[in-house]
Amino acid sequence: MSSTARKIEGITKESTQEMIDKALEAYPEKGRKKRAPHLAPNDPGASSACVKSNRKTVPGVMSARGCAYAGAKGVVWGPIRDMVHVSHGPVGCGWYSWGTRRNMMTGITGVSNFAMQFTSDFQEKDIVYGGDKKLMQLLSETKELFPLAKGISVLSECPVGLIGDDINNVARQAVKELDLPVIPCNCEGFRGVSQSLGHHISNDTIRDHIIGTREFAEPETPYDIALIGEYNIGGDAWSVKPMLEEIGLNVKAVWTGDGQLEHIAATHKVKLNLIHCYRSMNYMCKVMEEKYGIPWLEINFFGPSKIRESLRKIAALFDDTIKENVEKVIAKYDPMMQAVIDEYRPRLDGKKVMLYVGGLRPRHTVSAYEELGMDVVGSGYEFAHGDDYERTSAEMPEATVIYDDVSEYELEEFVHKLRPDLVGSGIKEKYLLQKMGIPFRQMHSWDYSGPYEGYKGFEVFARDIDMAVNSPTWKFVKSPF
Amino acid sequence: MSADAAVKYVTEITPEDESRVAEWINTEEYKEKNFARQALVINPAHTCQPLGAELVAHSFEGTLPFVHGSQGCASYYRSTLNRHFREPAPAVSDAMTEDGAVFGGQNNLHEALENAYALYKPKMIGIFTSCMPEVIGDDLTAFIKNARQKGFIPQDFPVAYANTPSFNGSHIHGYDSMLLSMLQTLTEGKRMEGRCTGKLNLIPGCDFNTGNYREYKRILKEFGIPATVLADISDVFDSPLDGTYRLYPGGTKLEDAADSINGKVTMTLGKFATTRTFSWIKDNYAGEHLSLPTPFGIEKSDAFMMKLAELFGKPVPESLKAERGRAVDAMTDAHQYIHNKKFAVYGDPDYLLGYVSFLLEMGAQPYHILCSKGSKKLEKDIQALLDSSLYGKDAKIYMNKDLWHLRSLVMTDPVDAIIGDTHGKFISRDAKIPLFRFGFPIFDRVNLHRSPLIGYQGVINMVTTICNKFIDITDDTCDDRHFEMMR
Repeated sequence: MSSTARKIEGITKESTQEMIDKALEAYPEKGRKKRAPHLAPNDPGASSACVKSNRKTVPGVMSARGCAYAGAKGVVWGPIRDMVHVSHGPVGCGWYSWGTRRNMMTGITGVSNFAMQFTSDFQEKDIVYGGDKKLMQLLSETKELFPLAKGISVLSECPVGLIGDDINNVARQAVKELDLPVIPCNCEGFRGVSQSLGHHISNDTIRDHIIGTREFAEPETPYDIALIGEYNIGGDAWSVKPMLEEIGLNVKAVWTGDGQLEHIAATHKVKLNLIHCYRSMNYMCKVMEEKYGIPWLEINFFGPSKIRESLRKIAALFDDTIKENVEKVIAKYDPMMQAVIDEYRPRLDGKKVMLYVGGLRPRHTVSAYEELGMDVVGSGYEFAHGDDYERTSAEMPEATVIYDDVSEYELEEFVHKLRPDLVGSGIKEKYLLQKMGIPFRQMHSWDYSGPYEGYKGFEVFARDIDMAVNSPTWKFVKSPF
Repeated sequence: MSADAAVKYVTEITPEDESRVAEWINTEEYKEKNFARQALVINPAHTCQPLGAELVAHSFEGTLPFVHGSQGCASYYRSTLNRHFREPAPAVSDAMTEDGAVFGGQNNLHEALENAYALYKPKMIGIFTSCMPEVIGDDLTAFIKNARQKGFIPQDFPVAYANTPSFNGSHIHGYDSMLLSMLQTLTEGKRMEGRCTGKLNLIPGCDFNTGNYREYKRILKEFGIPATVLADISDVFDSPLDGTYRLYPGGTKLEDAADSINGKVTMTLGKFATTRTFSWIKDNYAGEHLSLPTPFGIEKSDAFMMKLAELFGKPVPESLKAERGRAVDAMTDAHQYIHNKKFAVYGDPDYLLGYVSFLLEMGAQPYHILCSKGSKKLEKDIQALLDSSLYGKDAKIYMNKDLWHLRSLVMTDPVDAIIGDTHGKFISRDAKIPLFRFGFPIFDRVNLHRSPLIGYQGVINMVTTICNKFIDITDDTCDDRHFEMMR
């Protein structure tokens, strides 16, 4: 690909390194030493990641990272719609993660979907005497009040692990007594360095308790697939599923956006896994490949080029029917996508973007911005690992800045230097950047909009980016007096 | 047994089951089961202590909130404040992980103090704890003392800290603890015999409405009463957009807070969120001390105004008298739209008392009154209010019940509207009645935190919001023959 040769005027390895060094000057020596390896100019030619990642956050530095519980509840387990997810421990963790990730769900709340806040609301006495008994009672109350729930996950918060409660044992008992899958997930927030470990722990529990416990009722076909690492943010899965069905594939399970427990449990019967969020679920693809021989493929459905590329990669694994369908779908949607580009590109051409999101979008969306004529001049992740950064280098222009677990101080410095026309990051960065007069989109949650994936999503994405960058409201930031 | 016999197939929830259960959860039978639960909490209308503590730490000039504990907690608190105010909420954590759990959090705290002090150049740091250090029993007093000795922060750099265990109380208790610590830290050694600032120290309490803080300041200006608002978030979470990001916009000036101990009068509004702070103030502050209810509604606003007049020997200014008249005019003009209408109300104790007062004054019925972290004392206070009015006679109070309980109440014994926070929107939709968002958090509407609810202006705002909504409902639901120009 020509992408490795892309350069942006005014950005050189030296200018980027100088910017990084300047940002690091403010640190005490120890802090500077720890942060330095996490910031670097992009080097598309290098064989390994240009920054270090998946290390402990430096104490006292304003970080955007969450915790293992956040990864387990907010990302992996939370979006499964037909289960009750119990935040086991004090009230806060469940309350903060209640409805805040926009993983949309079908069904009736409290009846067939459970996008609510279930907690054991630990009190001092639970810390002192332990919460196992309370948990057992809570599980039976759950079953009684929510008879259609297909299962219960128990997600442990910090104190549970610290006081040594045995939720695994309680869950084992509950499975027998309630005749219901009850899955214990030891995802205490203090474990690991970020959300990422929470994903991993949750995946382990899905592997150990869920996969292989069901089979699809209808006959198998060669076109049965599963979508892995797709969380239905702003309805993304509802944009992607019909697109895949249009090319003739059957999406049998989605992990885990708008997900259904029993469908996930039967995923071992599909013929191919398509993985979207590589960071949170690549491990599960590997497990299913080893154990059940299911091949998997990384895909990217942001923007028409990546959709085209991904659909053809998928087609290559199937027969002529699918291959023909893919070409038909591409031929059908390409003109529509061109119309979107024709409308918005003139207004966005040459604008600069900086991205800082979780573990996927900083590289997946680069091409979508570029199709709108924009240059991504900085990119980084909250909780990515080395393999994510390896994949990022190829997507990003040469010498642009790459930042891992960037502190708010560093991000501010980079923004001052690069003066982007748009920053795509999370809620904690949003208002800071807007105060600086810089247009912003929340790229964890599509800023209460969406979908952004698939053909339908690109239209919404282009509209939203134009809306952010070109809103007439920005004209008033500088007062005339 | 054949292998096939062991296979379990995927089953779907049938539409029949779905509608059966959807109906069932609205029944008396379900309500009974729901109220019988003892261990499970569903949709609580309160959160944990550190959130309130962070609000306080933001609200003093140049102060950096500092979470001693896991970084994930800090992210949660910050996001919540971001979403409610649509403003930045800069705070750091010392990012404790497994090794912190084993060895204690002193190393994290020290390294974090050194980094945060260098990077964010605060005038003060407000440290509060999340679960982990509370469970393992970290000694913050010793840690901070050691930090000074080892030079991670200067000897005289002010650090306030509060223990805010999340498994105790709610955000209002964290507010109380952090405010107490802030005042203790800032006023230490500042009490001077014979000195009187002549000022009023006003403590609005755990209030997430920036408009209320501005309104207090405006009222005091009208009176001509010199005042220090303690824990003032009005500029912190409502800063101008002018192209410059300020890390610490506004907040109570540290000098003013320090000198508050020599004040003429110290008044807390909202006793439930300032219990410990106020009791310490009574023992340590100069001048007079008193606690009044949050001035929601006419009577409580009157009491606030009269008290100010009495304490400072000034008549209630004409401008505020006129404002009172306008508020009463607004109530009288609009009372018919909500007279005898039933409301379900829930929220933090001090706010809850305010809703009840206001509704009774309007001739509306506060009908289901629920606090998901309440107390006997609160229940007594609410009951006393209810007993004072004909419109309170049918009301029922529910302490330590959650929003899933409230749903059962609303479905089995219907009301006309709900007052609460954003989390009530699901009940409101199921019951097909409006939700008035006056509390915290409000994630799904803009600018409500800028609109004051206290004082006479607050009364006008509440009347406007509530009554117009009922008029909207009439317009939206009436048939053509009854769709008229006049309402």
